[in-house]
Amino acid sequence: MTLELTTPPQEMTVNQTSFRNALLDPETPAPDGLVTPEGTHAEKRFGVYRNNVAHSLSSALVDGFPVLTKLLGEEFFRQMALVYLRIHPPASQLIMHYGAAMPTFLVGFPGTVHLKYLPDVARLELALRRAYHAGDAEAIAPADLTQLDQATLMDTRLVLAPAVETLTSEFPVLSIWEFNMQDGPKPTMQAEEILISRRGYDPVAQRLPVGGAIFVNALIKGHAFGTALGLATSEVADFDLTATLSALIAGHGIIKIEKG
Amino acid sequence: MLDISPKATLPKAGGVGYKPQHFNELMNAPGSVTWLEIHAENYMGDGGRPLAQLRHLAEKFPISVHGVGLSIGGEARLDPEHLSRLKTLIDWLNPAMFSEHLAWSTHDAQFLNDLLPLPYTNDTLTRVTAHINEVQDHLGRKMLLENPSSYLAFAQSTWSEPDFLRELARRTGCGLLLDVNNVFVSATNLNFDPRAYIDAYPLDLVEEFHLAGHDEDADELGRKLLIDSHGKPVDEPVWALFDHVISSGGARPALVEWDNDVPDFNVLEAETARAAKHMQGVVV
Repeated sequence: MTLELTTPPQEMTVNQTSFRNALLDPETPAPDGLVTPEGTHAEKRFGVYRNNVAHSLSSALVDGFPVLTKLLGEEFFRQMALVYLRIHPPASQLIMHYGAAMPTFLVGFPGTVHLKYLPDVARLELALRRAYHAGDAEAIAPADLTQLDQATLMDTRLVLAPAVETLTSEFPVLSIWEFNMQDGPKPTMQAEEILISRRGYDPVAQRLPVGGAIFVNALIKGHAFGTALGLATSEVADFDLTATLSALIAGHGIIKIEKG
Repeated sequence: MLDISPKATLPKAGGVGYKPQHFNELMNAPGSVTWLEIHAENYMGDGGRPLAQLRHLAEKFPISVHGVGLSIGGEARLDPEHLSRLKTLIDWLNPAMFSEHLAWSTHDAQFLNDLLPLPYTNDTLTRVTAHINEVQDHLGRKMLLENPSSYLAFAQSTWSEPDFLRELARRTGCGLLLDVNNVFVSATNLNFDPRAYIDAYPLDLVEEFHLAGHDEDADELGRKLLIDSHGKPVDEPVWALFDHVISSGGARPALVEWDNDVPDFNVLEAETARAAKHMQGVVV
């Protein structure tokens, strides 16, 4: 702990841009001016910060994408995460949402480009994380909905919980998720529409019938029940409204009924 | 705002860094654990289980909010969005304490998720002073600043760390959080005497202690390099340094941090009991 009072030469001043550049790129040497106790260049010691950053961010991605990690194997996933974090370092201090660019990254990453279903698996995992941290809301009692007569229902606006969103995929991504996380049956090739919501404090993902995502997305946009139903049936003539409403109710997705 | 009036200050006893897997034990049989610290950034979501658990814990324990994302040492201005999220949390929880680090973590809007080191120069002093003032003004409360663990030094530094912290506290009125493990880690890595550091450190400004475990590595010359990993029990020499701290400056709320390879609650609780035992009978 010596108190050195002389002004250092200019090249010995380290700025945070050069520090950050070397932190994220192992090919870039540690900036001059970072020293060991003897005053020699602290290249290996700088590596501690490199490791801390790489390890903490890739661990955040492992935690945030458990199914991707399982599908790719943790060793491969961690190697890929090192590439990801250099291209997409976190843009926010909220590491709980880190990895939002993963779906597009997977499309361009040479090791995953052939696994066409992976981006949608990543989207599902991101949606489940958003649902986990979404605002709290209390679901309506199912009877509040079933007691409405049809004319009233059509003019009604169903307000959905902040956690509710949908994912439409040409791949069986929920089946893939269930197979890996809940010992579900082996997935067979089919498109899936998925409802993501939160029951209590636990995120849930459920399969919707064809057109279900159109209906739910229309409700999210604030359309009346009848309008949402019209949009769904114009795309899918035999749209299964009952199954869609059952999923919404089971997922604690409806929080308010606003009469038109 | 929650009613935290009976627990508005941290007791001069053992606390733990909160891990969700210990929620039930803490609510039902906390043993020697008398207060909790949470990482601010983990409670900045809109809702869900983290905030619900925190609500329950805050009814039972005094809480210290520990930020890891403000980047108080950053060259750029503080992120107003993050400062505002922090204020929302602090206003809602009204915790017994708020602390942050003498470090930086954000640059060019990239958050690096690590506590990165600063040169101790007059420029850094001016900048960090302005940032601490801004934080304290924005939150409407005093904050504590924590000493870092260091793996290297800056050739350009002109201040010793204890003097630098003392001057920051003098200029801003902030208090200090003394991380005893960080002192030991830095002393080993930068080859100084940890007891001399403590003797030079303004212990009267300290309002909270941190204790944690570290890992051992080696540098390019094969010398011991300690890593502040928070993944092990507190090392024996750190307990000895802790004794030196409390015999010099008295007891304070003492926190055991264990963030990686988190053990069963009883292991963590035993560390807290030991921290409290070391402080027993100390004249404050």
